[in-house]
Amino acid sequence: MEKLILPDIPHLRHIDVYEMRGGYQALKKALGMKPDDVIEEVKKSNLRGRGGACFPTGLKWSFMPKQTTKPKYLCANGDESEPGTFKDRAIFEFNPHLFIEGAIIAAYAMGVKTIYTYVRGEYAKWITLLQKAVDDAYAKNYLGENILGSSFSIELYSHKGAGAYICGEESALMNSLEGDRGYPRVKPPFPAQNGLWGCPTTINNIETLANVPIIINKGWEWYSQIGAPKHPGTLLYGISGHVNKPGIYELPTGVLLTDLIYKYAGGVLGNKKIKAVIPGGSSTMWLRGDEIDGVKMDAESLKAAGTAIGTGGVIVMDEDTDILKILTRITHFYHHESCGQCTPCREGCGWMEKILNRFLEGEGTMEDVDLLLDVANNIEGNTICALGDAAAWPVQSFIKKFRDEFERRAKKTPSMKKPVKPPHLVTLEV
Amino acid sequence: MLSEQNLKKLEELKKRYPTTKALLLPVLWMAQEQFGWISLDTMKYVADLLNLPFHHVYGVVTFYTMFNSKPIGKYHIQVCTNVSCMLRGAENIRDHICRRLNVGINETTPDRTFTVTEVECLGSCGTAPMVQVNNDEYYDNLNLEKVNKLLEDWSKK
Ligand SMILES: Cc1cc2nc3c(=O)[nH]c(=O)nc-3n(C[C@H](O)[C@H](O)[C@H](O)COP(=O)(O)O)c2cc1C
Repeated sequence: MEKLILPDIPHLRHIDVYEMRGGYQALKKALGMKPDDVIEEVKKSNLRGRGGACFPTGLKWSFMPKQTTKPKYLCANGDESEPGTFKDRAIFEFNPHLFIEGAIIAAYAMGVKTIYTYVRGEYAKWITLLQKAVDDAYAKNYLGENILGSSFSIELYSHKGAGAYICGEESALMNSLEGDRGYPRVKPPFPAQNGLWGCPTTINNIETLANVPIIINKGWEWYSQIGAPKHPGTLLYGISGHVNKPGIYELPTGVLLTDLIYKYAGGVLGNKKIKAVIPGGSSTMWLRGDEIDGVKMDAESLKAAGTAIGTGGVIVMDEDTDILKILTRITHFYHHESCGQCTPCREGCGWMEKILNRFLEGEGTMEDVDLLLDVANNIEGNTICALGDAAAWPVQSFIKKFRDEFERRAKKTPSMKKPVKPPHLVTLEV
Repeated sequence: MLSEQNLKKLEELKKRYPTTKALLLPVLWMAQEQFGWISLDTMKYVADLLNLPFHHVYGVVTFYTMFNSKPIGKYHIQVCTNVSCMLRGAENIRDHICRRLNVGINETTPDRTFTVTEVECLGSCGTAPMVQVNNDEYYDNLNLEKVNKLLEDWSKK
């Protein structure tokens, strides 16, 4: 399969090379189409968001109001902070113009005049690389006033984050851009109605937008036949942990997880067995090593396997891994990154971390496992944004699949401490 | 006070956003780059500059982990210890750095050359373990030998 997003072309990040390879032809083609036809093309291609939620991109664009006196905005989401995820960074480094071209086409389709690219602050180096590409695109009038002689004008600005995972959540991202703390907003209203500064806004992931020129160039029929029918295209799978060749592999959706690990990433370090795999970034549910045979890497297949494609960040753990410690580290992450607005997430994540730490210290009991599950269940679905769910899912799936880990580690002699009951189970006698 | 150059940059940036509040993160970045950290006085100055309440600026500075509200060393070593790095021995790297520099996490060496902090995933999972220095350069695929070399180089400079 030919690589579409990150083809092996030296110096592709330079605008001359990009143009020589057919770059910005899709934009020229799109400018000759009606904006609605561009949206229709993307809709029919079945492109789905690469930011984690797999939402159909064309459909999302169609939510933007046509008749409005307000300015419309597009936010390109380059916050990329989900542990195990490092793909958007590769686009900034190796093929930034593909993303820029996609963003301009998206803006044209939705009648957007201003694009903000929000990039996590730690990516200082990649912000510079992106800025160079943006400057070059301005110089050639792909951006700016009346692009390529059309009546369409478009600005693209980079906005640097400052270290907060939550700012990748679309409504927190908008608050952060507005100069506030990154607090997610209650939905509805949805961004297409009430987004940046109360104006219609669409938020798309960097990789999502990078797919757009390919769809416009080759047509939806061609694109929709790549990979899994309901989730077509290629993905930039990031594979890390205990494999011989960690890195980014661009492959069609629906590739076998075992092929990704053994055929592409060179197998497990030291030829060890696999104990666990996290298939799509730290928020997704864990798979046991003995469950991965036959599992395909696309939205529907992973859902059927009880987990999710997420960001396509695969984390492999070998048989000698202290997986309880890994789960504790992940839970610590969510505790640290919780913005603190919603009580279940703010308190629950810390509570889960404390319970897990009890196990690492040899003080945990099997009642603690029930308590842990109860706390996780009470976070899930009870928060403004999905960070709470993202914290609960790894814990819930771990308890389901690796209960034996807790049993092995649980304190053998009964604790002198009274078991702590979750507060909502206490019945009040009146 | 922001430098002449930064104030000029600020005027340019104003054209990009419909409100001045949206300039807060860009201005805080300029201030941190200029002063190395963001003091209460700097926060007051930024609040006046953008016509924002002081408490708003304070709330924003303290929300984002990359803004230093305390002075830091010349080399701010940020060690990622999240999953992918942890699986590749990040804890050893962290402990080794702390031992060599004789500091704890979130501490600065007495000569103010090094500050060591532990950070969340920096998106370098394919080249783990790694550290970032001064919110800028990434050092990937680390082992103890490479860390020793880096620390020696920085100590000399
Ligand atoms: C806690 C949290 C963090 C997120 N971080 C990111 C991120 O770093 N990058 C991203 O593209 N989407 C992230 N998302 C998803 C966004 O909210 C949004 O769905 C996505 O940017 C939409 O783009 P897409 O439709 O192109 O996927 C995050 C969501 C949550 C709940």
